[in-house]
Amino acid sequence: MSRARHLPSITNGQVRWHESLIQGGLGFCALISIITTATIIFILTRESVGFFQVIPVKDFLFGTSWVPMFEPSSFGVLPLLWGTLVITVGAALICIPIGLASAIYLSEYASAKQRSIIKPVLELLAGIPTVVYGYFALTFVTPALQYLFPDIQVFNALSGSIVVGIMVLPMVATLSDNALRAVPDSLRQGAYALGATSYEVTTQVVVPAGLSGIIASFLLAISRAIGETMAVTLAAGATPNLSFTFLESIQTMTAYIVQVSMGDTPAGGVAYQTMFAVAGLLFVITLLLNVIATFILKRYREVYQ
Amino acid sequence: MSSQSINAETVTTELDNILEMENVSVAYAGNYAVKNVSFNVARNAITSIIGPSGCGKSTLLRCLNRMNDFILDVSIEGKIRFEGQDIYAREVDAVEVRHHMGMVFQKPNPFPKSIFKNVAWGPTVNRYQGSITELVERSLKQASLWDEVKDRLNDSALGLSGGQQQRLCIARALAMEPNVLLMDEPCSALDPISTAHIEDLMFDLKSRYTIVIVTHNMQQASRVSDYTAFMEMGNLIEFDESERLFTRPSNQRTEDYVSGRFG
Repeated sequence: MSRARHLPSITNGQVRWHESLIQGGLGFCALISIITTATIIFILTRESVGFFQVIPVKDFLFGTSWVPMFEPSSFGVLPLLWGTLVITVGAALICIPIGLASAIYLSEYASAKQRSIIKPVLELLAGIPTVVYGYFALTFVTPALQYLFPDIQVFNALSGSIVVGIMVLPMVATLSDNALRAVPDSLRQGAYALGATSYEVTTQVVVPAGLSGIIASFLLAISRAIGETMAVTLAAGATPNLSFTFLESIQTMTAYIVQVSMGDTPAGGVAYQTMFAVAGLLFVITLLLNVIATFILKRYREVYQ
Repeated sequence: MSSQSINAETVTTELDNILEMENVSVAYAGNYAVKNVSFNVARNAITSIIGPSGCGKSTLLRCLNRMNDFILDVSIEGKIRFEGQDIYAREVDAVEVRHHMGMVFQKPNPFPKSIFKNVAWGPTVNRYQGSITELVERSLKQASLWDEVKDRLNDSALGLSGGQQQRLCIARALAMEPNVLLMDEPCSALDPISTAHIEDLMFDLKSRYTIVIVTHNMQQASRVSDYTAFMEMGNLIEFDESERLFTRPSNQRTEDYVSGRFG
């Protein structure tokens, strides 16, 4: 007796066209950011080339006076670069130690209950609009600094650095906390079993093991400080200044770009093109920072299992 | 503390038992994992704790060097004495207790540092006075790992095989020159050859250290240990010399377990 055998069906009879539609849609979304980046680079390059045809690169990069709007004009970017550097380094000096210490406390010392209060508060701090931080600098930080430095200006670099430091602090704290909590517990147990104290375990085993994530949080915070505009303009003003006192008004690269784009500078002139040259320089700096960060992470991180 | 002074202590003290457990109960959030367990650990011998999964053997082991302190909502009753001193007494520093009790975990957990630094780290944080280099070499030799790693001490410990990593963890514990070595299923993640290696090692270490090993491998317990405690559901069912416990157990439940009828 022969049994009828049916071949199992492995064809569908129809093309799953919606699959390729979804793939295409997702791919297009990913492409948007690439197209945007490419367009920005293109425009920055085109306008900067126009600028550098008039102003020599040497005068731009090493000039110590930035007077783009008035005659006699001068296009030395160093005062703006210095302004950005002061704000960034000052902010880093505040957010890195305090942020890392908060992260260590949250991840290694705090009880579950303390964590459940502190972490949302930190995240709330990260959600405050930057203009509010600018106001905070102007109406609280600077008046407070006046007690210490009576001759401080209303707009000053110190207050700008402090307020940007506080602003990026939650980013360092939450991202470093995540990095520390990703370190496997077996490493902590191994270290405690060797008769180490909590402090030794944290600083010598847990932090080195989570270092790549911690450094990534530092770099994100630093690039955010470099790009910060609103709070800095409100706190530190808009006076290109190569001063070393930190108590005077300065201008950062981003604050300058706002000043030009908001003002009535005619499009197409050299003064207008300065905006693109400054933005191009900013782009190169952040790109270099990213490259250096990638290199450091590859070279020095402790990989755990 | 050097090994010489440990031997000297052995002579001067009249205690034969380095660790004594008296009515030890451990509860996590009110659920008892260990119930009223009492037995002693003989000096310079290997004592194994066996039993089915979840019987409380690891919990008990982790009480001996106060590793349960990190777990929230744990309560420990009864007395655990190390060299006659209650290790849960108010004035006792848990960090000091752990100086005297090395621990090797179920899964090898070397630090993501070099082989050298893995062994040197414990003595360094505890301000070891002698030569760290000599101590590292001696510890790696005791853990019979020296010949395999002596030319690459500065390489990452994570490049070693699982068995080598576990011997590195043993070397790391030995570098603290502990009195007791606690091993929590040290071979469960290893292949048979690495396991044999570590069992041989335990025989060698017996003359200088007291070893307490938790295992669910009965063959291993009967091969390596002098004394065996059999636990079930948090209770100590039987404690005896291994030879007797595995051949002529006095309790029916022990017999069922060691003969493979359950577990």
